[in-house]
Amino acid sequence: MVSTAPPQVAPRTAARRVKLLKTEVSRGTAWVLRAASILVPLVAWWALSASGVVADTFLPSPPDVWAAGLAMIESGDLPGDLLASLGRIGAGFGLAVLISVPLGFAMGTLGWAQPLLEPVIGILRYLPASAFIPLLIIWLGIGETSKIALLVLGVVFFNTLMTADVVRQVPARLLEVSAILGAGRARVASRVVFPYALPGILDAMRVNAAAAWNFVVVAELIAATSGLGYRITRAQRFLQTDRIFAILIVIGLIGLTIDITLRLVRGRVGRWSQ
Amino acid sequence: MTLRLTGVSREYVPGVPVLSGIDLAIEPGEFVTVVGASGSGKSTLLCLIAGLARPTTGQVLLDGQEVLGPGPDRGMAFQTASLYPWRSVARNVAFGLESMRMPRAERDERVRWLLEEVGLTAFAGSLPGRLSGGQQQRVSIARALACQPRVLLLDEPFGALDVQTKEDMQLFIRQVWQDVGTTVVMVTHDVEEAVFLGQRVLVLSSDPGRISQDIPVDLPEPRTLEVRRGPAFLALRARVEDLVRAEHRAHQAAQARKGHAGSA
Repeated sequence: MVSTAPPQVAPRTAARRVKLLKTEVSRGTAWVLRAASILVPLVAWWALSASGVVADTFLPSPPDVWAAGLAMIESGDLPGDLLASLGRIGAGFGLAVLISVPLGFAMGTLGWAQPLLEPVIGILRYLPASAFIPLLIIWLGIGETSKIALLVLGVVFFNTLMTADVVRQVPARLLEVSAILGAGRARVASRVVFPYALPGILDAMRVNAAAAWNFVVVAELIAATSGLGYRITRAQRFLQTDRIFAILIVIGLIGLTIDITLRLVRGRVGRWSQ
Repeated sequence: MTLRLTGVSREYVPGVPVLSGIDLAIEPGEFVTVVGASGSGKSTLLCLIAGLARPTTGQVLLDGQEVLGPGPDRGMAFQTASLYPWRSVARNVAFGLESMRMPRAERDERVRWLLEEVGLTAFAGSLPGRLSGGQQQRVSIARALACQPRVLLLDEPFGALDVQTKEDMQLFIRQVWQDVGTTVVMVTHDVEEAVFLGQRVLVLSSDPGRISQDIPVDLPEPRTLEVRRGPAFLALRARVEDLVRAEHRAHQAAQARKGHAGSA
């Protein structure tokens, strides 16, 4: 029987890697791809604006945008607006975290908090925060309070539910072990549940920080006298698309910085979970 | 000065006892192993002693005091080590001592002693994720022993380990028991392990779980690997195996009857 088997293909296949659905690339390739991810759209933009197909007023060239950005930095507008937006994010997102993390923690641990809070938060989170802007202006005026309130509304419900989910994932066995070792409820909450859930809580914050960054710009588009969103509406009035582009890039870079910072913090805090 | 269970039963579903009519007395310093077919309520028995569950009827008494909840006078280790993954090995062992608010110097000293006892001094600063399964289980046992419990409860602690590691761990737990002198109640599905380690083997029956046999193990001390090859050990192991097998068959027959009754 063996002799009748078809001749075997040379064992060239031995060196090949097994192809799984989730494939990996080498580190070098990954960096090349990362660079391409930024450079390809940039070059495409440059080529499109240089070709003259689209008028400069609609699609300014990268050098024009660079110049507009520098001009705004020199005049002091951009740094001022940036600080204003970051201040609002700090206050709004910070407040949302201060409310949502304890609330989510309670929902994940206390038996009565879950059925009490889940239905109402489940409804509230589907109401788009932007739809509250008119109401917030009527209630709180066009000052800082209404903008911070919008940020809080946009973040607090999602972050509460996500925190609750993370907290619920603490293994029951770990809670049993802790009780056997003499830890009371408060100790279990602070020394077991919280550290176990912390990396997941930071993950939730990272996702919702992006949402907060969106809402701050939205809030400033409507009614503001400072901030990056306000600067965009002003530039629109004078058809300064180069300025709009420069601000959009700044918004993107700040978002990236926030994301990387939270990722680093998460990596440090959650070293054990990797 | 004993661990005593009187008329203990436990139902999770009303009318369906998992354990029933358990009367048991364990003397201080005894090493008792518990074997039984699946569904005999072995783990439930430990949970009742630990105070993680309350008996439906009857009482669990430790030194005459009724057990009403979990506490550091009863240490417990499970099949999964269930360590705190963000705490170093030393800080895992220290957890119970921190809860007791033991002074720092005393605590450090005790942790140092325990790590030496379980042979993990070199890993004091490591995170549990770095350790092998057997090492993790040693940490879990050291952590359970830290508060100097009167009873150490072990729920199939070596069930997930490979054969070699398991053998090491069996010698290890025997040594620790001799050094520490605490009472040990260990549940296992491995009859060989039960006979090798225990001074007494309890065989549980199923449907509901009852103590069907309470067998003294009259084997030479210390229990070395040679003891395990001797005729006395092999004979006793065979006897306990037959008992467990009979219970297992009876349990399966009962399940089959229930199945037929359900489908009829």
